[in-house]
Amino acid sequence: MEQLRCSNLSVGYGEHAIASGLNFSMHAGDYLCIVGENGAGKSTLMRTLLGLQKPVSGQMAFSPQIQKNEIGYLPQKMHAQRDFPASAGEIVLSGLQGKTGRRPFYRRSEKAEARRIMHRLSIGDLADKSFRKLSGGQQQKVLLARALCASGKILFMDEPVTGLDPEAAREMYAMIGELHRDGMTIVMISHDILSAVKYADHILHIGDAGFFGRKEEYLCSETGKRFLNQREVSCDEPDHDAD
Amino acid sequence: MSLIMTLIEKLAFYLQYPFVRYALVVGLLIAVVSSLLGVTLVLRHFSYIGDGLSHVAFGAMSVAIVLKLSHRMFLILPVTVLCAVILLKSGQGRKVKGDAAVAMMSVGALAFGYLTVNVAGASANVSGDVCSTLFGSTSILTLTAAEVTLCAVLSAAALVLFLLLYNRLFALTFDENFARVCGINTELYNLILAIIIAVIIVLAMNLVGALLVSALIIFPTMAAMRLFESFRAVTVASAVISVICALVGILVSVLAGTPVGSTIVIADALAFGLSMPAARLRGGMS
Repeated sequence: MEQLRCSNLSVGYGEHAIASGLNFSMHAGDYLCIVGENGAGKSTLMRTLLGLQKPVSGQMAFSPQIQKNEIGYLPQKMHAQRDFPASAGEIVLSGLQGKTGRRPFYRRSEKAEARRIMHRLSIGDLADKSFRKLSGGQQQKVLLARALCASGKILFMDEPVTGLDPEAAREMYAMIGELHRDGMTIVMISHDILSAVKYADHILHIGDAGFFGRKEEYLCSETGKRFLNQREVSCDEPDHDAD
Repeated sequence: MSLIMTLIEKLAFYLQYPFVRYALVVGLLIAVVSSLLGVTLVLRHFSYIGDGLSHVAFGAMSVAIVLKLSHRMFLILPVTVLCAVILLKSGQGRKVKGDAAVAMMSVGALAFGYLTVNVAGASANVSGDVCSTLFGSTSILTLTAAEVTLCAVLSAAALVLFLLLYNRLFALTFDENFARVCGINTELYNLILAIIIAVIIVLAMNLVGALLVSALIIFPTMAAMRLFESFRAVTVASAVISVICALVGILVSVLAGTPVGSTIVIADALAFGLSMPAARLRGGMS
């Protein structure tokens, strides 16, 4: 089932397009990685897809089956919130805000749902801990749990592993992979092209020579080869260790 | 011992007078609501908005004095609410511009207010009028029953709204973009927030005066943030600290004959000062 389609989409600020002529679509259960050079407009595209800014031109449409409160978002590492006084549990619970409608308070079942998600990401014991005192990896898991509370179908992530140590990054990828296997559509911006081609099944490359298609095609394309040159991924034997 | 007895007797004597009781009730109510909102404002880096709006309220107050309005609130409230809405709107996404906008509105209103009172010469005692508006020297002890009622109703409304919006405010304060992605109408809640802020600032101006309003908003929150780690604990602690400081401040000012507003603010500043060693003590124990 198609969940999102963009045709000739240009994103940027005001009239000024940073990335233009984007054509791609997403289907239920896809694992899409958005790659490209710094400043190519990856985050701008994601913010546009999420409705945080208006597209400069072109079309962008979610399928009618996708409600606003079925989309989760893991933002790029936040700076302002570093000293925010909040417990991990409070932050995860806030992911359910979109589902409470006009109710001012959370239902007991919603609190249980938040706890269940925290346990699933093995951060159940962090619920009462202060967010600002957690490690980078733990903070990222808390924000992932919050995104899961908000999403039913699609999870948008802006560089979820940037700044994490290799072990925490590996764990994060494993969790995302598990969510994907359970049917969640994943859209991820990644700087880490090797992991992107390892885990994703579709690649959207933004830049001068744009690309959208299956990972295997990307690895054999000119854009993909140039971006991946000097790195040990060969077009003939795509890495299937991801699962 | 005898000193304490004398103080208590003196207090009991003063509490017989309705204006002292009014001052206490109004003071504590304002202390609660201003500190609750302070948490959101401080964490969203909007601390300066309180300051700017209080100057706007001063400007409006000056006009009200010159016009000899019997119900000054009816002019001051709408003007301040309007400015709060404009400021929060202009602040969205354009932090620097918003910053400058607050500063301009703030000094502009201050100058306009002083000029108005001075030129119009509404009363013989211009400097006295200005001084009490800016520092709230005596106004809290001259409240009428009607003013107390209005203040109580507005504070109660702000308090109820805050409790109902608590979870929304948390989501909005922690991560406004995420809240928008979730489908929360952030513009609506920012508008509601702006209105509550304006109302509370006008109320607080009665207590401590225009120049000292932001102290009520900032100090309790900053002290609570040093002591506690969760949003709920910080919110509750901020309210408790604020109420204690207001109580101490009002009682001291009644007993010692010091100006109410500045005494409360000094109590708040002391509480913030004490929170630093207290936080170290807590950190050392855990």
